[in-house]
Amino acid sequence: MSETTADAHGAHDHHHEGGFWSTYVFSLDHKMIARQFLWLGLIMMVVGGILALIFRWQLAWPETQVWGFEWISDESEGMPEGYVTPNFYNMAVTMHATIMVFLVVMPILVGCFGNFLIPLMIGARDMAFPLLNMLSFWVAVLGAVIMTAGFFVEGGHAASGWTGYAPLSTVPEYTGVFMGQTLWALSLFVLSFSSLMGSINYITTLINMRTEGMTWFRVPLVVWSLFVTAILGLLALPILGSAGAMMIFDRVFETNFFNPAKGGEPLLWQHLFWYFGHPEVYILILPGMGIASELLPVFCRKPIFGYRAMVYAMLAIAFLSWIVWGHHMFQSGMNPALGSAFMMTTLVIAIPSAIKTFNWLGTLWGGSIRFTVPMLHALAFVILFVIGGLSGIFMASNVVDIYIHDTYFIVAHFHYVIFGGSVFALFGGIQYWFPKMFGRAMDEALGKVHFWLTFIFFNMVFFPMHILGVGGHMRRIYNPMQYEFLQGMQPINVMITLSALALGLSQIPFVFNFFATVFRWNAKWFRVLTQAVSALVVGFIGYKSVAVMFEGMMEPEPSTGARIAGTIVAIALAVWIYRYLEKNMAPLGADAPQNPWDANTLEWVAPTPAPHGNFGPTLPVVRRGPYEYSVPGEEADWAPQTETIDPKYAEAGH
Amino acid sequence: MMSWLPENISIEGEEIDFLFYISYYLTVVVFIGVAVVMAYFIIKYRAKPGVKAKYTHGNNTLEILWTVIPTFILLVFILMTQTSWAKLKLAIPQNPPVRVEVTGKQFNWIVRYPGDDGKFGTKDDLVLDNQLNVPVNKQVFIALKGADVIHSFFIPQTRMKQDVVPGRTIPLWFTPTKVGKYEIPCAELCGFGHSGMNGEMIVHSEADYAKWRKKAWEEKDK
Repeated sequence: MSETTADAHGAHDHHHEGGFWSTYVFSLDHKMIARQFLWLGLIMMVVGGILALIFRWQLAWPETQVWGFEWISDESEGMPEGYVTPNFYNMAVTMHATIMVFLVVMPILVGCFGNFLIPLMIGARDMAFPLLNMLSFWVAVLGAVIMTAGFFVEGGHAASGWTGYAPLSTVPEYTGVFMGQTLWALSLFVLSFSSLMGSINYITTLINMRTEGMTWFRVPLVVWSLFVTAILGLLALPILGSAGAMMIFDRVFETNFFNPAKGGEPLLWQHLFWYFGHPEVYILILPGMGIASELLPVFCRKPIFGYRAMVYAMLAIAFLSWIVWGHHMFQSGMNPALGSAFMMTTLVIAIPSAIKTFNWLGTLWGGSIRFTVPMLHALAFVILFVIGGLSGIFMASNVVDIYIHDTYFIVAHFHYVIFGGSVFALFGGIQYWFPKMFGRAMDEALGKVHFWLTFIFFNMVFFPMHILGVGGHMRRIYNPMQYEFLQGMQPINVMITLSALALGLSQIPFVFNFFATVFRWNAKWFRVLTQAVSALVVGFIGYKSVAVMFEGMMEPEPSTGARIAGTIVAIALAVWIYRYLEKNMAPLGADAPQNPWDANTLEWVAPTPAPHGNFGPTLPVVRRGPYEYSVPGEEADWAPQTETIDPKYAEAGH
Repeated sequence: MMSWLPENISIEGEEIDFLFYISYYLTVVVFIGVAVVMAYFIIKYRAKPGVKAKYTHGNNTLEILWTVIPTFILLVFILMTQTSWAKLKLAIPQNPPVRVEVTGKQFNWIVRYPGDDGKFGTKDDLVLDNQLNVPVNKQVFIALKGADVIHSFFIPQTRMKQDVVPGRTIPLWFTPTKVGKYEIPCAELCGFGHSGMNGEMIVHSEADYAKWRKKAWEEKDK
């Protein structure tokens, strides 16, 4: 974009003050749309999380009343008096995954960060198609409404797994779910359009609207990752949309794409679903990788190690992601010769992932590491992604997969990737870009409490699942006690559920931090409440941990000795956390400086809060790479991308 | 983690366990390596006043090394896996001593045994629900069929798992090596009764197997 048109555009934008509806609801501004996606994702995360806790309860203490749900009428089909029925269990498992994938991780990582970061980081005033951008969000809301409506229809919501394998999903009589599954497919159909609109926008914006000097190899890695994600989204989401439409046709118009009883082919659904589904996995993790690649250099105060290798590795992953889908189907009855081919391509995709990991380690080497909350999340991302990647080797080997397919080993694997990877990146990214997004910084002390609790209990929930899987524990079973060979492992299930409840409670400091910062709640009583609640959470978890240590997993009532020891530990922990927060909590919701992290990239050149049109009358001109930290001869260890750099180092960045 | 694997009781399962161990040692070593290096860097390179970070953009030799070495390791792993897979899945036995047909149906395994003519679909077939009787140390060949939705036939102690797809007949074979009773859970979500869809495999000694056959057919003819 030339200077003159940029000027004209900028001047035009100053007249763009709208009312409530056009500012907060039907906004065309990419930053507002990003925040809207963030809210959508966080709200749905609560729903997805509660569903997970309900089915975890059933797995630990099968067929007992779920705590907090006893009030439900005994005429309820799903949870009479709080007891989970098998169909409700299947529904909870299905909807937990569907919501987390399509309405939490995608809206936040792709919708929120994609929208917020792409224009700001490449020096553009907005997306290429602002109206399409707004539509993308409101279509996502429509999808979310349809998805939520499924909970309230006769017969309950979809209960055939998030993978919706046909014919279980396409013939209503097999599950007893009627409208629910159809709404599920309709919602995915609608959501695929939302993602498609977003992808077209991201790609167009990136190709056409990079500011002067922003060459492809000066584009920050998080933007690269979102670009690659958008390409995957553009190509993959139509497949999901088509598969969803075919499912609706089978269910409503009595076609027979997938029903073998009438000449259909059930494996066709699996091929379509996974041909979409594997690129989808990378849609979920690539932005996480991008965020980690962005945070590590900033908080190591040094350039990213192997910038180009990182870009090429992402492109390689994106390409390979199209030829590995069959590894989800090794035991599906697909021709085993195909299994050989998919095994090879799948193991090859480990190579670019390894390259990325080693480059992150290389970035740490020789750094000057600042342990901020975003950095803690980025470091957690790296190590948890390593675990998730390595456990992937087991199922990539089709031979080992014969045994561990459809067991908890798989559940452990993808939660290490999607929770350990994507969600940790998401929390890190929120804390990191919050000052630019909302004009105020989230609190670091509360953030640390949230991080450590989440990190510890994440691992306590998902690491033992590897062990369950190795023991043969199947996925999606309602009651493990029905199997003799699983009964010995029940204490592990109980431990996982207790840890999952703790993981849920661990999100409370985040919720307080988020709301207090957004709405500037800094009254004395609110600060005390925040500290007290966080301390109580930790104390409660401490009490329960001691009780379990004394009595083992299977004993519901702790003895008096355990109670006393637990109380002492709980009080000690609660006092410690309370005093830590009292001492370290900054004023909540105070205005953030323009560039709180001393970062180079263009979003920090823009004023805070960034106005409509992002930059002042002229667009920034880029004169150096995104990660030129600690350049020899420069006084500060950072400089915005708009500063010139000693020509001696200009080439080194490439 | 090894001790959590249920006891293996099939010849084919040894193949799977072997590759499981290889993957296990490989990934544990890599994980420990990465974790130690990362911990060391985190401690050593924490911000200290007056110490500036190194200004470096990478190192091509390192990039090549950490591309080529994993590639080589993975290639070896691919070849090993491929050899096993071919043995387990592609070399369909021609004259298996024991043949059984199992049909997955919401929420049972229907097991069909051929009579003395060795053929399925004749009058002397024996049909049992959820009970698979086999002799020890003989290769068992199962033709898996589906009646309604997709199920997955799983015997953890033999390490065998195979999805059952309606409209197809899918072969599965293994050689049990230990007498005893083993569960046959369904491993693929198949509806509200999925949990508890559980059969039983009884591995008989050779003599007991003959006795069982005699008795079972006598009862059937009654």
